[in-house]
Amino acid sequence: MIALQDRKLALWYIGVAYIAFLIGTLMGLLQVFIRNDKLQLPAWLDYYQILTAHGVLLALIYTTFFIFAFFVTGMSKSIGTFGPKVRLVSWIGFWVTLLGTVLATAMIVAGEASVLYTFYAPLMASGWYYVGLALFVVGTWISSFALIGHYRVWRKNNKGELSPLFAFMTITTIILWLIACLGVVATVLFQYIPWAFGWTDTINVELSRSLFWFFGHPLVYFWLLPAYIAWYVIVPKILGVKVFSDSLARLAFVLFILFSIPVGFHHQLTEPGISNFWKFLQVVLTFMVIIPSLMTAFTMFANFEISGRKKGATGLFGWFKKLPWKDVRFTSIFIAMAFFIPGGAGGIINASFQLNEVVHNTLWIVGHFHITVGTPVAMTFMGLTFWLIPYLTGRKFTKSMQILAFVQIITWSIGMLLMSTAQHILGLLGAPRRTAFSNYNNHPSAMEWFDGILTSHVTMAVGGSILFLSAMILIYIVAMSMFLSPKALKVEDQVEFPMAESDKTHTPKWLENWWIWIGIAFALIIIAYAIPLSSMIMHAPPGSEGFKTW
Amino acid sequence: MSKNNEHDGLDLRGTLASVMVVGVIIVVMWVVVYMMYLGR
Amino acid sequence: MHLHKFEKVWLIFGIISLIVFLSIVGVTAFSHDHHPSGGMDTIDPEKVDQTAPFDNPGVTQIDDDTYQVAIVAMAFGYTAPELRVPAGKEIIFKVTSKDVVHSFTIDDTKVNMMVVPGQITTRAYTFEKPGKYLILCNEYCGTGHHFMFTEIEVY
Ligand code: HEM
Ligand SMILES: [Cu+2]
Ligand SMILES: [Cu+2]
Repeated sequence: MIALQDRKLALWYIGVAYIAFLIGTLMGLLQVFIRNDKLQLPAWLDYYQILTAHGVLLALIYTTFFIFAFFVTGMSKSIGTFGPKVRLVSWIGFWVTLLGTVLATAMIVAGEASVLYTFYAPLMASGWYYVGLALFVVGTWISSFALIGHYRVWRKNNKGELSPLFAFMTITTIILWLIACLGVVATVLFQYIPWAFGWTDTINVELSRSLFWFFGHPLVYFWLLPAYIAWYVIVPKILGVKVFSDSLARLAFVLFILFSIPVGFHHQLTEPGISNFWKFLQVVLTFMVIIPSLMTAFTMFANFEISGRKKGATGLFGWFKKLPWKDVRFTSIFIAMAFFIPGGAGGIINASFQLNEVVHNTLWIVGHFHITVGTPVAMTFMGLTFWLIPYLTGRKFTKSMQILAFVQIITWSIGMLLMSTAQHILGLLGAPRRTAFSNYNNHPSAMEWFDGILTSHVTMAVGGSILFLSAMILIYIVAMSMFLSPKALKVEDQVEFPMAESDKTHTPKWLENWWIWIGIAFALIIIAYAIPLSSMIMHAPPGSEGFKTW
Repeated sequence: MSKNNEHDGLDLRGTLASVMVVGVIIVVMWVVVYMMYLGR
Repeated sequence: MHLHKFEKVWLIFGIISLIVFLSIVGVTAFSHDHHPSGGMDTIDPEKVDQTAPFDNPGVTQIDDDTYQVAIVAMAFGYTAPELRVPAGKEIIFKVTSKDVVHSFTIDDTKVNMMVVPGQITTRAYTFEKPGKYLILCNEYCGTGHHFMFTEIEVY
């Protein structure tokens, strides 16, 4: 077990994560009923206020806090207990992140920030909302630097050695995050805050959007990579095999540093102010970032097959039956991976330049990110939660909790299958996202969004309700393993942190030369962004004043 | 980097078949939406 | 860093698929003008009403086969009197916003345009079937966002 102080830090992160999850999923439940005209909010509450809370609390807060809990635990386990300085800086980072979270959430609750989690200008929230977001990012930076400091101590003490795979992947993710945040920090600090507090009159809208998406796309990889860490490092251990290929795993991760950032324009394909050349260039770079995910798909199936064959499986698919289905730590993550197949395929479609016109801002997109971040990432985190909290609290993961965990992931899967399928098809039929109930004056095209069997807001609501039930089961499991489950006094009751062995003997050392990757990443960023961003600044139209249209 | 292959002798036919299924899903979904694009 | 033979097969298959996708969209976009909506023209968002073509929003015929439709988006509606256009002719939509970001999205067509204040979004489209098409805003723009819609009649 790792040091008590490190466990405490991780548990605080998880605690905040699941408070955000609880509120966020409740908002999700309200949304599906409002969109279906089955629920009217009281006058003091607005659909878009709820939706802002849902996006911020789940996509930003839940993910980030859980990720840091996972990193703290895994880093302490793989490269040792935090020193006093690392620990202190980590706590400062935690509190600053939390302060930012609370401030931003308070502004949403106060109705001063119904601008959604993308806060597109010139919608203007209270300046404190942007301050909250900035503090949130700064807090994560402080925590990131603490982890980097911890890693550097290890490197110093182990000269010439490659770091353990978990640490390597954590540092990759953190580098990605630090670079990604430059965009959002630039726009929030230099554009939104001065404008929202009235120090400047207007804002360059197109520039702010582009800086946001400079951050927005790597943000999704910041969610995904920790899930991939679990897939690469934890799943093989549960399967009883070694990491399939240490060098390919590391290569895949550094490719994410290179190609996940200079691609933000694929979120802006249907908007003016960016020429087709630059849009298409970033589409090509977006397609490059698919390659490490193709590598990952192969590695995952290889793990399954090798493990199954070790247990005596024969034939083409005999290994499938030998997988440890009764182990919820595995089954949860397996389902998460399965959801990522259509999720990833959908992403390729979204990024395919003009095809984006079919799906942009429709419910298809909502379906898409619920089967990327909302299930592959979130369900991997659930699968980690089941054992991570008992591991940290020293409690048992009892038989009854395991059964409940199965109920939880199965209900989540069913709910998500219904909700996301409905959303995908509704989107293809043209139903818009981010929209409260509207029948558009009974227009026939809009009516067909409400009366299909699979293709209706009713299916979406049924799915959403099952999802919410599942979320509450999860909260119960979390509360039990935090505070109530019996202590694991005997060694055999103690929960392990499954971390697979990885054979680094054939791994080239240059893979861990970060300056190479950071250098190439910046070169690609300059190629993809320097000219279009400077032309946005130089050929800017008169800026926009702020509007509060809610 | 060394010549000896960590993976020689592994039977990964099932893996190949599985990723190919993934590949087919990707291609089919893409073609369907491309057709919808053309049809509009 | 040795790849298993099957992994090579898979990656080659994957990469070729990606190249094919990219070529299809790239070639049709740049040689057949299948670009998504966009445009580099700018405008003063506070002087939209005084700036052509938005000083006279609506349909104008440019020549025998081309029509232009100028539209001003604002919370929560479109300034676009009587949108009637013929089928089979090229319609060039030009849209801008007087306040926040909106969209101009015509149901069941390829017209799905982001509307950004300070910029003019352009998209050419030829309707094939006559009928009444729903136009809606699919970018969040405020409390009344879901009431922001209109209709275009194709004859
Ligand atoms: C109880 C489970 C959930 C339900 C019922 C649910 C439902 C919904 C619905 C209906 C929307 C679309 C609303 C609209 O566009 O009008 C939405 C948006 C969204 N959801 Fe969920 N969701 C759930 C869980 C999650 C999870 C676990 C995540 C991520 C970790 C997530 C992330 C998001 C994001 C980022 C948005 C977009 C917000 C925006 O457009 O600004 N959701 N959700
Ligand atoms: Cu993206
Ligand atoms: Cu709107």
